[in-house]
Amino acid sequence: MKTIYFDNNATTKVAEQVFEEMRPLFCELYGNPSSMHTFGGQMGRRIRQAREQVANLLGCEPSEVIFTSGGTESDNAAIKGTLAALPHRRKVITTRVEHPAVLTVCRELENHGYTVVELPVDKQGRLDLAELEEQIDDTALVTIMYANNETGVVFPIDKIAELVTDRGVIFHTDAVQAIGKIPLDLSKSNIDLLSFSGHKLHAPKGVGVLYVRKGTRLSPFMLGGHQEAGKRAGTENVPGIVGLGKACELASKNIEQENNKVKKLRDKLEKAILEKCPDSRLNGDKENRLPNTTNISFEYIEGEAILLMLDKYGICASSGSACTSGSLEPSHVLRAMGVPFTAAHGSIRFSLSRYNTEEEVDYTIEKIPGIVKQLRELSPFVASKAK
Amino acid sequence: MWEYTDKLKDHFFNPRNVGEIEDPDGVGEVGSLACGDALKLTFKLDANRRITDAKFKTFGCASAIATSSVLTEMIKGLTLNEAMKVTNKDIAEYLGGLPEQKMHCSVMGREALEAAIENYQIGGKKKHELEGNVICTCFGVTDKEIERVIRENNLTTVEEVTNYCKAGGGCGGCQGEIEKMIEKIQPDEIKQAPVTVARRAGKLTNIQKIQLIQQTINEQIRPALRTHGGNIELIDVEGNKVVVAFRGMCAQCRLAELTMKDVVEAKLREFVSEQLFVEEDKESAKQPHNHRE
Repeated sequence: MKTIYFDNNATTKVAEQVFEEMRPLFCELYGNPSSMHTFGGQMGRRIRQAREQVANLLGCEPSEVIFTSGGTESDNAAIKGTLAALPHRRKVITTRVEHPAVLTVCRELENHGYTVVELPVDKQGRLDLAELEEQIDDTALVTIMYANNETGVVFPIDKIAELVTDRGVIFHTDAVQAIGKIPLDLSKSNIDLLSFSGHKLHAPKGVGVLYVRKGTRLSPFMLGGHQEAGKRAGTENVPGIVGLGKACELASKNIEQENNKVKKLRDKLEKAILEKCPDSRLNGDKENRLPNTTNISFEYIEGEAILLMLDKYGICASSGSACTSGSLEPSHVLRAMGVPFTAAHGSIRFSLSRYNTEEEVDYTIEKIPGIVKQLRELSPFVASKAK
Repeated sequence: MWEYTDKLKDHFFNPRNVGEIEDPDGVGEVGSLACGDALKLTFKLDANRRITDAKFKTFGCASAIATSSVLTEMIKGLTLNEAMKVTNKDIAEYLGGLPEQKMHCSVMGREALEAAIENYQIGGKKKHELEGNVICTCFGVTDKEIERVIRENNLTTVEEVTNYCKAGGGCGGCQGEIEKMIEKIQPDEIKQAPVTVARRAGKLTNIQKIQLIQQTINEQIRPALRTHGGNIELIDVEGNKVVVAFRGMCAQCRLAELTMKDVVEAKLREFVSEQLFVEEDKESAKQPHNHRE
């Protein structure tokens, strides 16, 4: 059976071109860039090239790019590194809908005497910037995600960065879901720190980036050797870094054209599902959204059951339902948006990529109404009319 | 991804006996939309009080649907007396096993069966009512229900109880009570588990004691409260009396008093001193503790 992969916010396929770039770096060119011989030393040039490719996509200088092991490390390094460099300030502002890589770190800070403010969102998942403005005083760091992994809602990050840095406060954004989907020019933005991960944009798992604006004080998170200009110790993940560089180059070239294609497919899928399935609703701000993500709730039925039915047809998606995670509580993002329990349990996220085709979308559109109908026939909450 | 048996998958993809029996002899409804799963079971009896037909409707995950389906298959042909003896373990075993965190699905099946039998016995007039006192207010689980899953499945930890009947899986306020129930019901099992005496500091100066209390709140207590949107602040220490204030969700929780004794006091006694007792700050105690009403 063919796999139809609509779970690209979880992870993506490694692009063939990316894999080809990486291939010789395992068994042939395996040297350590820090070594004092040509065999190892020549790897330095590869890393330099990757750094330029990343800088090109971000619109920043290569020296502002630090390679890490992924999004979670970048988030940890940005938050803890900033606070360590600013020991006199004890307040951090974030949002209730952050990824756990930020939210868990912030909540842990409370145990070390920090005050942490978690900004709420409205029913569409949007922030109230006036509330953020009110909270900024004597704050060490504001960390707000670029785009939400569950709903795809995009925050006005350039505006937020300006607002925050105008008050002399450091601004970090977890841009894991935004990179490669939203065009960026950090040279024209006020963002101080930005995290992203390779495996969300067709590079392999285990490599990521922390962008640190020139002049930003950051204590290193990982100590050891002198790699990454002393900002991140540890022998470089050369194949990962080279792959990430290539993935960024591909993204810079094709971002707009590909997004138009992906958005068209997403819109078609979303429109058809909402039309064909009664009692379904879209979660999140329809306007300010990633082009690839849609989060839809099906009332009266449960997300894990829907996922398993989809799986039978080879369709991969994900759910904010409690049952998929092993916890008894549904998604913290949907709960923060005030989505009722009944709809949160039955939420499904489809996240597309440039590798999806119209045939896949059509096939999914064909299958979903039947799945929803079948599960609703089992559900004790559906009155006979709603079928 | 959950590891489901082939039998479970079969019953999920091809559920047997879906629907509602018209003019049934017994109806059992358990669970709710908010809880994430619910089951409505109906059955029909013959003249010898043998179940001739059973049907179900279920809202829930794959394992909830599959357990409902096998339940109907299992009870067809049984007399009421035989059906009464079906346990959640029987249901899980019939499926070739369930993931630990999904055991509550089998308990839901057994509960629905019981409710339906009871409904028949009282003449189909009244709906099934909860027996005993509600211990877990988040998921509406009574002491009778908790006691039963502990006995039937030989459970020894709070986590297991949560996996089997959800009790304790919401705000966590009832976990202390569940632990006490386990100790009472399974004293022999508990004794077999190794008991470690807490390693406490020797004699403390006042400053050291206050610091240790603060540290214990930071490291041991706050993270647990944070998982369900609550928070706690140390207000004062007078001798062995520790005064704290609840914040966030905890401030409105009517289970705050239980949390105080079962979580806060227990942890402070474990990590600081047996003699400590906790009181809620008067200001924060004035707020109504009734968000579920």
